[in-house]
Amino acid sequence: MTKTYPKASRPSLDDVSVNIEKGEFVFFIGPSGSGKSTIIKLLLHEVTPNRGKVVVNERDVTSMRSWRIPAFRRQIGCVFQDFRLLPNRTAYENVAFALEVIGKSKGVARRVVPEVLELVGLGGKEHRYPHELSGGEQQRVAVARAFVNRPLILLADEPTGNLDPDTSIEIMRLLDRINRTGTTVVMVTHDSNIVNQMRRRVVEIESGRIVRDQPRGVYG
Amino acid sequence: MRVRYVLSEVLTGLWRNVTMTIAMIITMTVSLTMLGASLLLFLQVGKMEDYFYQRIEVSVFLKPDVNDEQRNNIDSALKADALVESYKHETKDQAWERFKVQFKDAPDLVSATKPESLPESFRIKLKDPNKVLDFSDQFRSQEGVSDIVDQKQLLKRVFDLLGALQTLALTVAVVQGAAALLLVANTIQVAAYSKRREVAVMKLVGASNWFIQMPFVLEAVFAGLIGAILAFGALVAAKIVFIDGSLKALTLALLPVDWSNIWLMLPVLCGAGGLVSAITAWVTLRFYVRV
Repeated sequence: MTKTYPKASRPSLDDVSVNIEKGEFVFFIGPSGSGKSTIIKLLLHEVTPNRGKVVVNERDVTSMRSWRIPAFRRQIGCVFQDFRLLPNRTAYENVAFALEVIGKSKGVARRVVPEVLELVGLGGKEHRYPHELSGGEQQRVAVARAFVNRPLILLADEPTGNLDPDTSIEIMRLLDRINRTGTTVVMVTHDSNIVNQMRRRVVEIESGRIVRDQPRGVYG
Repeated sequence: MRVRYVLSEVLTGLWRNVTMTIAMIITMTVSLTMLGASLLLFLQVGKMEDYFYQRIEVSVFLKPDVNDEQRNNIDSALKADALVESYKHETKDQAWERFKVQFKDAPDLVSATKPESLPESFRIKLKDPNKVLDFSDQFRSQEGVSDIVDQKQLLKRVFDLLGALQTLALTVAVVQGAAALLLVANTIQVAAYSKRREVAVMKLVGASNWFIQMPFVLEAVFAGLIGAILAFGALVAAKIVFIDGSLKALTLALLPVDWSNIWLMLPVLCGAGGLVSAITAWVTLRFYVRV
C-alpha cells in the first residue's frame, strides 16, 4: 500500500507490502523520516492509506466505518517513546483508566490491574505517581496499560528511545515475555543494540520502501 | 460506575473553568429570559386578540346639540343597516355612570369631569369587525354625528406596541443567544484542551466516541439547564413584582398573564437551553477540536 501525507513531496510509504503472522515479533527499522512510524499510525487507523489495504485480524481496516474504530482499537495495545501516562494518576490508576473508559467495572480493574503490574515488575509500586517513577518504570506502566486488555497486537513506537541501554534491555525482556503469551509485537526502532540482541524478524525501510525483510535479522 | 464517572467529570470540568462557567450561565440566562418574555408576549397578544375582537364595538358619538329627529334618523338607519349585528343607545347619564365605574380608582379624574361633558353615543357591534370602514363611511355624513370611533383601531395600537416589545425581546434573545453559543464553544475548547492527555489515551485504548464526548456535552447542557432555571426564576419574579405588582392596573385592563403560561416556560426554556448547548458542544467537539 501507499501513504502520502498532504503537502509531502514524496510518499511516506511507497507501495509497501508486509505480511505479519499472528504471534510474530517484528522490528521495523530505518532512519528518521523513512516512514516506519507511519506503519504504526496505519495499524491504529490514525491515518488511512491513499492506495492499498491494511488488514488486521482478517478485517480490512481501510474501509472500516469510523464508529467501529474504538472497538477495533481495543484489540491493539500501544506503547510510545514518551510513555504518555497521565501525570495526576498513580500507576494503578493509569492502568485502571484504560479499563474504565472502555466500560469495564471497577471490580474487574481491582482484579486485573495488580496482576498486570506484577507481570511488568512493578509489584509494590502501584500507588506511585509517574513523576515518582524512573523512566524505565514509567515505560513499564505504559506497557501494563497497553497489555491489560489482553490485545492481539502490541505496537511499540521506539519504546526504548528515552531509556538508557540497561533499562532498554529490561523493557525488551518484558516485550519478549508478552510476545511469548501469543501477542503479536510490532516494534519501530532505530536502536541497533536491541535489534542485534533480540535476533527477531527485521524489516528495514528507507525512503518509504522496504529494502530488507529478514527473519532473525540484525540492524546491519 | 459510568454515571458517577461522567458526573464527576462534568463537575470538575465546570469548576476548573468557573469564571467561564459563570459567564456562560449569565448570558444563557439573559438570552432565555428574553426568549421566554417574547414567547409570553406572543401568547398574550394572541389571547388578547381573541378576547377583544369578539367584544369589539364601534361607537358613534353624537354632537352635544343633537336633536330628537337626528337621533331617530340615526337609530332607524342603524336598524336597517345590514352590517350591524346589534346596537344600543347610551345617554349622557349612562355614559357618566359607566365613566364613574371605569375610573373609580382615579377619583380626582371623576371629580374633575362634569357629567354633561360626556357625549351621548350609539354602541354598535358589527357582524364583521373588519367592515368598519364601510360602516363609518355610511354614518360619518349623518346629521348629528360628531365622531365615529373604532375600538379596533385603538386596540391595534396596543397590539402593535406589544408586538414591537416582542420583537425587541426576541432580538435580545438572539443576540445574547449567539454570545452564549460562542461562550459554550469556547468553554468546550478549553475543557478539551485541558483534558487532551486523557482524551488521547481514551482514543488510544478504544473508548467509544460518546464516552469521550459525553462529559463535555453534559458540561454545556448543565450550564444551559441552570441558565434555563434562572431564566424561569426571572420570569416568575417579573410576574410577581411587575405584572401582579406595580403594573397591576395596566395588566388587568389588558388581560392578566396566567400562571399556566409562566409554568409552560419552564420546560420550553429547559428544552431550548439544554438542546442548543448540547448541539453547540457536539459540533465544537466534532469540527473544531476533533475529540
